[in-house]
Amino acid sequence: MRGVVQRLTAAFTRDHFELLGLAPSFALDPSVLESRYRELQGRIHPDRFAAAPEAERRLALQWAARANEAYTTLRDPVDRARYLLGLKGFDTGEETNTSMPPDFLMQQMEWREGVAEARASRDAGRLAELRAEIGEQRGEMLRVLERAIDRDANYEAGCSLVRKLRFLEKLEEEIEEALQ
Amino acid sequence: MALLQISEPGESPEPHQRRLAVGIDLGTTHSLVATVRSSAAEVIADEEGRALLPSIVRYLGAGRVDVGYGARSAQADDPANTIVSVKRFMGRGVADVARYGALPYRFREAPGMVSIETAAGERSPVQVSAEILKVLRDRAERALGGELFGAVVTVPAYFDDSQRQATKDAARLAGLNVLRLLNEPTAAAIAYGLDHASEGTFAIFDLGGGTFDISILKLTRGVFEVLATNGDSALGGDDFDQAIALHWRAHHNLADAHGGDTRRLLAAAREVKERLSGADEAGARITLSYGQKVNLKLTRAEFEHLTAGLVEKTLGPTRKALRDAKLAVKDLDGVVLVGGATRMPHLQRAVEAFFGKPPLKDLDPDQVVALGAAIQANVLAGNRAAGDDWLLLDVIPLSLGLETMGGLVERVIPRNSTIPVARAQEFTTFKDGQVAMAIHVVQGERELAADNRSLARFDLRGIPPMVAGAARIQVTFQVDADGLLSVSAREKTTGVESSIVVKPSYGLSDDEVARMLQESFSHATDDRDARALAEQRVEAESLLSALRAALAKDADLLDEAERRALEAAMGTVERAWNASDHRAIKDAVAALNRASEPFAGRRMDRAVSGALSGRSLDEVARR
Repeated sequence: MRGVVQRLTAAFTRDHFELLGLAPSFALDPSVLESRYRELQGRIHPDRFAAAPEAERRLALQWAARANEAYTTLRDPVDRARYLLGLKGFDTGEETNTSMPPDFLMQQMEWREGVAEARASRDAGRLAELRAEIGEQRGEMLRVLERAIDRDANYEAGCSLVRKLRFLEKLEEEIEEALQ
Repeated sequence: MALLQISEPGESPEPHQRRLAVGIDLGTTHSLVATVRSSAAEVIADEEGRALLPSIVRYLGAGRVDVGYGARSAQADDPANTIVSVKRFMGRGVADVARYGALPYRFREAPGMVSIETAAGERSPVQVSAEILKVLRDRAERALGGELFGAVVTVPAYFDDSQRQATKDAARLAGLNVLRLLNEPTAAAIAYGLDHASEGTFAIFDLGGGTFDISILKLTRGVFEVLATNGDSALGGDDFDQAIALHWRAHHNLADAHGGDTRRLLAAAREVKERLSGADEAGARITLSYGQKVNLKLTRAEFEHLTAGLVEKTLGPTRKALRDAKLAVKDLDGVVLVGGATRMPHLQRAVEAFFGKPPLKDLDPDQVVALGAAIQANVLAGNRAAGDDWLLLDVIPLSLGLETMGGLVERVIPRNSTIPVARAQEFTTFKDGQVAMAIHVVQGERELAADNRSLARFDLRGIPPMVAGAARIQVTFQVDADGLLSVSAREKTTGVESSIVVKPSYGLSDDEVARMLQESFSHATDDRDARALAEQRVEAESLLSALRAALAKDADLLDEAERRALEAAMGTVERAWNASDHRAIKDAVAALNRASEPFAGRRMDRAVSGALSGRSLDEVARR
């Protein structure tokens, strides 16, 4: 079984952008991404090989899983940025590098306190406000991220932005939980 | 044995030969089989014209088994040997089935799943389900006039790996070639989507006899994409019957009723429940085993009051599914009702109130799942007409992970990931000199491993002694298009490898299924060999015809020597086909499968590069 994978290596190890026929950039048109993904799945999905020889059925399974991984990664902007930075040789270091600029940390603390208070007083309106505020900040950061990666090739700045965005995502998850 | 006549080896098979394929809805209360005939899906009825087969199996002893209406009429007189709603026991343990209330069975704890003591000995839910499937298979083969090429068998979307594996085992035990396990709401969406030519985002609300599923699907240009699914695999119409029976027990001092009387109460409850969908009041009269006659009555208002909690229980999973799909109720274009239990008026009102629009219910909620499965089976068997093409993207319902230090779960594949999916994660040793690692695979959303369903345990052995934290153990999870998991583990510095197709301990190995199949034939050895020969010939024929088609299209991918080697392996299969020895055919088919692997690989590469908008592989590689 591993023999087969080895013979495939050249095609199978293409990066996510290549696999979906896209230029390796942060900016991408979600509708193009979706249609490329669907075209690829349409050719390799195991449903297309249900009556095929065993070897093809097994390969279809591997390829379709590969296509799903590529699509899932590129569809989400933060995952896409992290992946693209990895291709450029930069590790975003979210697990290891937790140093943040003081102003960002201040803002974080304010939001966290706000969420805790709104949660304690069961203030769904306030939570929704905070969510909107954080969402806005997130959108702004994604625009900065696009410039940093695609225009300035400033990958260090890209990594730092991904780390910040990860913070915001966690905060958004907490608010979602509180809202349930 | 129509398939044996399709062509002589060496000749190309008739190109328009249709393969007989069916969709089977293996339900808690009823099961159905459907197929596509003259381009429309239809349910195959029994000889008396009945579409539904009650999912009830009675063991009479001396090898006799009664399935369906006969078993249903006997359920009160022979409760311990008459298995009702066996789907609720698939892949479940004794503690799980205790939740279903008083049941007249002698349950036994067996590894991984309960078994039931019957007149025919201990029977596992897999074997009981296989009896139902065999009846449907026979029905279909008689109606279609030949052996089935394969079947799509539906499962609740919220079924976990144990329940899915049990269902697939049951189908194999019934002698079915499982083309795919298909999620019930997705099957319903196929039937609906194609029937109404719908586009948009829909919720499929599926309350069956024993399970509840809610799936959110997006339908666009020939793609059915499941965005999220949720549910409760232990909530269904049966629970409404139990609620009524409980109420009557209290009101008529029947606390002691057991065995056959439990069945009588439940059957009366079911009948009254169904009549209350159209009437304001209904009743039943039963005679208990000790001669007492009881008049049972219920008004619709009482029924709705008794079961309001059960209706409410469907809304939690519904909210979670919407949240996972990142959608609000207003984003949905419609909600579709599936499953017999959605006929209850108070449930329909609750659904309408939640979604803010009247639900769609114009297709028969009992049949729509089987019809969708039949349409998918027709496609998977390769009977698709040009242009009659769509893609189905489904998800796994529950997260998959591993137990780590402190009994916590490390999630490897999150719920609602599109399948198939493969993901690897690295772990390390925590003790100096540790040479083995115990891998415990779990499924569920809870933080603690013990609160989730345990799917499998295996050991990776032979890790060379190193200091703690130095080993790099990569664990790979792969979920196939049936939603079934396989796990492998590998120590990366040395390449020590261990892998397992995740099967709960009751899971049947291929050899066990073969043995049980053999045992179930009460024929002479000759008959068994004839059957094995027929099966191997079908398999050989299907492989040869697939390869001939592949060669006709892509022969240029092989050089002269490779093509000759492949043709030689095909020749060996053809000769074995003629020589009537099923073992020789099996060996030749295995050899041909191996020989065709490089060709398969290149064909897949070509398919992939074709998707890259006409750019050649070389061009991509040069970038």
